[in-house]
Parts: sequence; C-alpha cells; structure tokens
Amino acid sequence: MDETRRGFLKTLGLGALGAGAAIPILEVLRPGSGEALAQVTGAATAKSGARATGRQLAMVVDVEKCLRDDVRKACVEACDRAHNIPSIPDPKQVIEWTWSDPFGDVFADQINEHTAAAAKEAPVLLMCNHCTDPPCIQVCPTGATWKRAKDGIVMMDMHRCIGCRYCMAACPFGARSFNWRDPRPYVQHDADGKPLSDFPTRTKGVVEKCTFCAARVDVGGQPACVEAANQVPGGEGALVFGDINDPDSDVSRILGERMAMVRRVSLGTGPNVYYLVPDALPALAAGVEVEGEA
Amino acid sequence: MSSRTRIGLGLGVFFLLGAYPVWNGLASRAAPERPELAPAVDSTGATLCIEDTTWMKDHHQKLLNEWRTLVVRDGQRTWVSSTGKTWTIGLEETCFKCHANSETFCTRCHDYANVQPFCWDCHVLPQGGQIHG
Repeated sequence: MDETRRGFLKTLGLGALGAGAAIPILEVLRPGSGEALAQVTGAATAKSGARATGRQLAMVVDVEKCLRDDVRKACVEACDRAHNIPSIPDPKQVIEWTWSDPFGDVFADQINEHTAAAAKEAPVLLMCNHCTDPPCIQVCPTGATWKRAKDGIVMMDMHRCIGCRYCMAACPFGARSFNWRDPRPYVQHDADGKPLSDFPTRTKGVVEKCTFCAARVDVGGQPACVEAANQVPGGEGALVFGDINDPDSDVSRILGERMAMVRRVSLGTGPNVYYLVPDALPALAAGVEVEGEA
Repeated sequence: MSSRTRIGLGLGVFFLLGAYPVWNGLASRAAPERPELAPAVDSTGATLCIEDTTWMKDHHQKLLNEWRTLVVRDGQRTWVSSTGKTWTIGLEETCFKCHANSETFCTRCHDYANVQPFCWDCHVLPQGGQIHG
C-alpha cells in the first residue's frame, strides 16, 4: 500500500464534501419532507404577520354606547355564559375574556394632564385584540396559541397549553388569564347542576382568552357579545364584527366614516379591536355612574 | 436443620410469595366480569353510530384525536364518514346526542380497561359535569 499522506487527506476531504452534500438531498427525497418544509415555512409566514390580504376578523367598539352599564354587562354575561367562564372571587385568579377598564388606563398613551377626569374614568369594554402580528404566539413554546390563517383569529388550543404563561407576559394588553385552580366549582350551573353551555370548561394550569367566538364564527355566526349588545335597547351596534380586509364589510364601512383608535398602536402589534371615541366623552362620561367593575 | 434445608425453605417461601399473582389468578378462576354497556339512547333519529360499532370500539380514541385536530387546529367542523354521510364534529354536538349516559357508556368500559382519559377535565358530560373516568 503506497498511499501518500497527501492522497489520504484528499480522499478524506472528498468524502466529507460528499456526505455534506448528500444530507440535504436525502432530506428532500425523504417521503413527507415537502410537507414538513411547507409547514415550517408556513409557520414562519404566519409569524411574520405579512397578511395584508386574506380575511382578518375585527371588532369595532362604540365607546359611547358601551358607556352604559347594561350594555357592557350584557356583553360580559353573554361571554361568561357562552364559554362557561368561572367567577373566581380572588382578584389575582380572576378569569376574564372580556372586561372593562377606565379610559385613562386603556388609552394611557392618548391622554394628557388636561384630559377631563370624567373621560379618564369612563369605562371601556376590552377583549383580546387579535393582533395582526401577535407577540403571544411568537413566545408560545408548544404552538398552543397561533393565528388562524383563514380569518386571523388568535386561537388557543387548550389540549396543547402547558401553562408556562409566556403568552401572558408577552401580551401588552393583559388579555389572557391563567387557571390557577380547577375552574369547575366556580362555573355557573343551571337548576339541574349542568353548566350553562356545552362549551368545555378549562382545567387547572392552562391559559385562556377571548377567541372572537371561533366556534360560532366557523358556522357563520357572530360573537356572543355582539349578539348580546344588539339585543339591549339602545345597544344596537355597540359592537360591530366583520372582516376588516373586506372593503364592503360593516367594520370597513364604519372605519371609512369615523375616526377610530386602537390600543398602544406604537407597539406595532396591529390590534384588530377598534374604538370609536366620541368627541364629547368628558360630558357623556360625567353622566355615567361607574359600577365597581374589575 | 442444615443451612441447605433452611436456604431451600426460604427460597421456596420466596417463590411462592413472588408467584402470588399467578396462583391467585388461577385460584379465582373467573375473569373479571365484562362490563355491561347500555345501548345508545337515540335522540337524533339516527339508527347507527357514525361508523360501524366494532370499528368505533377499536378506533374511537383515534377518531376523537383526529376530530380534535380538525376542529381546534383547522377550524373544520364537519367530517365525512366512510359511508359518505356528513357529521358535525363534536362530543357535545354529536356523540352525546345518542350516548347520553356517560356512566354506562364510557366510564364502565374505561374502568374495566383501566384507562383514565382526561377528556372530562374540561368537556362537559351529558349529566352535568361530574368528573368520570
């Protein structure tokens, strides 16, 4: 055997090159790998938030109509009923999909030292913003929360949530609640001891939030809060729901006619819950008795 | 008594005790009684389950997983059976319409098979949300 040192190294180098080149080729040839690749790239596009086309469901909240306690209460109660949301007395463990906060807190970056006190105190109805580029889905380690490609709903999969609460830390709107305990004992029951709806209750250790009533939307319905607000006399149109990317939808029409605000626009998450704030908010809010709501 | 006898006796006792499951099983002869499952109570007018009964017995857990993925991940709420009939996906929306008693339908068999699915931690059972196996 008269192999030189030089010849040996050459062979070795060629071998390494060949092996290196073969790996990606084998990867592509492996059955099902195309799908995996598509999934990976699909997930990447879903996370990049480049979704100007396609459906994006959105909500327009008429702040003036929602100043009324009965309107907001109808919305929250309808949501609680539809989703078997527990009423846990401990404020640290409370579960909320939709709730109210004072205008001054909700739009902290839109008020100033001269904003009328009544306006700052005015209650505003809140829910998950179903952001165009949601930070919560980017931090989820299990894919338990993601943005639906077909309508832009930021969805939760309770089967997959491991309760790490990264999403809660990532959400700048506090839209997510954690189940510190089994919620069942705190879920409202009817006379037969049955929960008010068929909607699965959650379990200890999962995060939950508003899903724009994905189950109703999938069968062509409207979110429970929208329906409830429309049923309150004077609350008609307090919440309007539809596809913001469809120029003929009600939400697009309203935004074409009136100025609307979204929360913390500077963060660039692209909230899809729009607020119609009346010019006369201080005067309107002065007439409102604010109930001690969470 | 020599050490040989003592060790022999000790080993004998050890094996006898160790083989407890075997001789106890032989002694009690009868296998545990198979659970008696109540037939589905029909409130939909359907006379058959979404698939053949034997198939459902074998595959319902896989089917339920598939349904879960379709509904939650893909937002698809209908499913076509092998006979071509379209069904609404959902424990509450479809299964419980006929299988209205989870004690006689789910729990007995799960207890017999010693499986503890955690479906009912969240999904509401027909008779009102008590947690069963």
